[in-house]
Amino acid sequence: MLEIEKLSAGYGPIPAIREISLAVPEGRVVSIIGANGAGKSTLLKAVSGLNRNKSGRILFHGQSISNLPAHRIVGLGLSQVAEGRQIFAHMTVADNIQLGAYLYYRRRHRAEIDQRMDQVYAMFPILAKRAKQIAGSLSGGEQQMLAIGRALMTRPKLLLLDEPSMGLAPIVVQEILRTIETLNGMGMTILLVEQNARAALQIADFAYVLETGQVVLEGPAAKLLNDPKVKAAYLGG
Amino acid sequence: MESLPFFNQLLQFIVTGLTIGAIYAMVAIGFNIIYNVTEIINLAQGEFVMLGGLVMVTVHVMWGVPLPLAFGLTVLGVTLVGVLLDRLAIRPIRKPSVMTLIIATVAASIIIKGVAMLIWGKSPYDLPAFSGRTPIDLGGVIIQPQYLWVVGFLVVVAIGLTWFFNRTIYGKAMSACADNPDAARLVGINVRHMVLLSFALSAAIGAVAGLTLTPIALMDYDRGAMLAIKGFGAAILGGLGSFPGAILGGLVLGLIEALSAGLLSSGYKDAYALIILLAVLFIRPSGILGNLEVTRFKRF
Repeated sequence: MLEIEKLSAGYGPIPAIREISLAVPEGRVVSIIGANGAGKSTLLKAVSGLNRNKSGRILFHGQSISNLPAHRIVGLGLSQVAEGRQIFAHMTVADNIQLGAYLYYRRRHRAEIDQRMDQVYAMFPILAKRAKQIAGSLSGGEQQMLAIGRALMTRPKLLLLDEPSMGLAPIVVQEILRTIETLNGMGMTILLVEQNARAALQIADFAYVLETGQVVLEGPAAKLLNDPKVKAAYLGG
Repeated sequence: MESLPFFNQLLQFIVTGLTIGAIYAMVAIGFNIIYNVTEIINLAQGEFVMLGGLVMVTVHVMWGVPLPLAFGLTVLGVTLVGVLLDRLAIRPIRKPSVMTLIIATVAASIIIKGVAMLIWGKSPYDLPAFSGRTPIDLGGVIIQPQYLWVVGFLVVVAIGLTWFFNRTIYGKAMSACADNPDAARLVGINVRHMVLLSFALSAAIGAVAGLTLTPIALMDYDRGAMLAIKGFGAAILGGLGSFPGAILGGLVLGLIEALSAGLLSSGYKDAYALIILLAVLFIRPSGILGNLEVTRFKRF
C-alpha cells in the first residue's frame, strides 16, 4: 500500500534521514522503532507532506505522492496523527472531530459524516461526553483519542501514528494500543512510529529499527522482540 | 447659538464617540481576522476603508448606481483588492518571516494610496447619507441617521462573523489554521486558501466601514494610514486577536477620543488614541480581553 524508496529528508542541508526504504502492505501494522532523534518523526512528516524538503520516492497505492502538499495527501486516504497530538486546542472537541471531515464536508455527505462521528464517539465514549469542552482542557490520553478520532474522520485507508504513547500513563498506553488493534481488525492499515519499542512490537506484524537516520534492522515483530540487539538497546535488556 | 446643558453635551459626545468607535471596531476586526490566521499585522487595512469610501463615491454618485447595488459592487471591488494584496504582495514572498510580510503590507498600502490619488485626486469626497440627513432629536441629543447605519453595520458584521466562525466549516477551518497550521494541513485544509480568505474578509469589512463613514466624515486618498493606526490601537486595546476585544477596544477608543476632544482640546484629537495605544503597550500588552499566554506565544 505504501512503498518508500531511498527517501532522504531533513530541515537543513544535512538530511535527518538518509535513503530509507520500507514497505507497508495493506491490512498490516508496521512499526518503526528507534530512540529519540533517530529520525522517526522526520520520516513521517516527509510521508504526510508536512516536510517537503526531501528526495526519493514515496508511492501510495502505486501513485507517487513525493511532491504533493500535505492537504492533498490526506485526500488520497493517508492520514497522520502527528507527534504531540496536535489537536486544535482552542476549539471544542466536537469541532475538532468535525474538521476531520473538512475535505468532504457537503450537505450530500451529511449522513456519512454523522455516521462516522457516531463511530468515533462509539470507539471513544469519553469524547462524546466531552464534546462541548475546549479540546485543550482534555487529559493527555483524551487528547490522543481525539487526535485519532479526528484522523479517522478523514476517511483514511492508511493511518500514520507518531508516538501515540508519548507522555501517557501505562494503563492509557494499553488502551491506545487496543484501539490500534481494533482499527487494524476493522481493516485499517497502520504505520506506527514508537519510542516505546515493547508496546510497538506487541501489536505490529513487521518492524523497522531506525538509528541516526537509517534503517539498521528489519523483520517480523515477533522476531525483533527476541533479537538480542533489540533487547539490549530498546527493551531494557 | 444657544449653549447646551452640560449633560446633553456629554451625551452628544458619547453618541459621536460610539459612532466613530464603531468604525474603529470594524477596522480592528479586520486586523484581527488576518492576524489570527497569519500573525501578520496588515498595515494596508486602512486603505481598504479608504477604498470603500472612494469606490462607493464613484459607483453610487458618479455612475448613479442605486444604493444597495452600489453597496454590493463596492464591497466586491474592495474584496478583490484584498485578494490581489494576498496574491501579489504576500504569497510571492519566498521564505517569509512575519516581519517581512508586515513590511510588504506597508509597501502595498503606499502603492494603493498612490493609485487612489491618481484616480480620485487629492480632494475629499462626500457621499449622500443612506437615509437622509434630517437629524433625529432625542431629548436634546442630536443623532444623525447615518450614525445608526454605522452602529447597525457593526452589529451586522459582529453577528455575521460569530455565525461564520462558529457555524460554518470554512469559518472553523480558518480558526483551525490560527490554532495549529500543521494540524490544519493534516485534515486537508489548504492554509493558503484560508490566508486568501482572511484577506478577502478583512477587505470586505474595511469597505463596509469606509462606505458607511464617508457620509459622516468625507473621504480622501490620504485617510487610510490614520484609520489603520486608530483601528490597530483599538485592536491592541481590546487584545490583539480577540473579536469581542476589537469591538470593546474600538468603542472605548472612540469614546475617549470624542470626550477628550470635546472636553479638553480638539487639537490633539488624534494624539489621544496614540497615547492610549502606548499606555496599553506599557501597562497591559495583552489588552483588555487578550490572553497573555497567546500574546507571548505569538511573539509580536
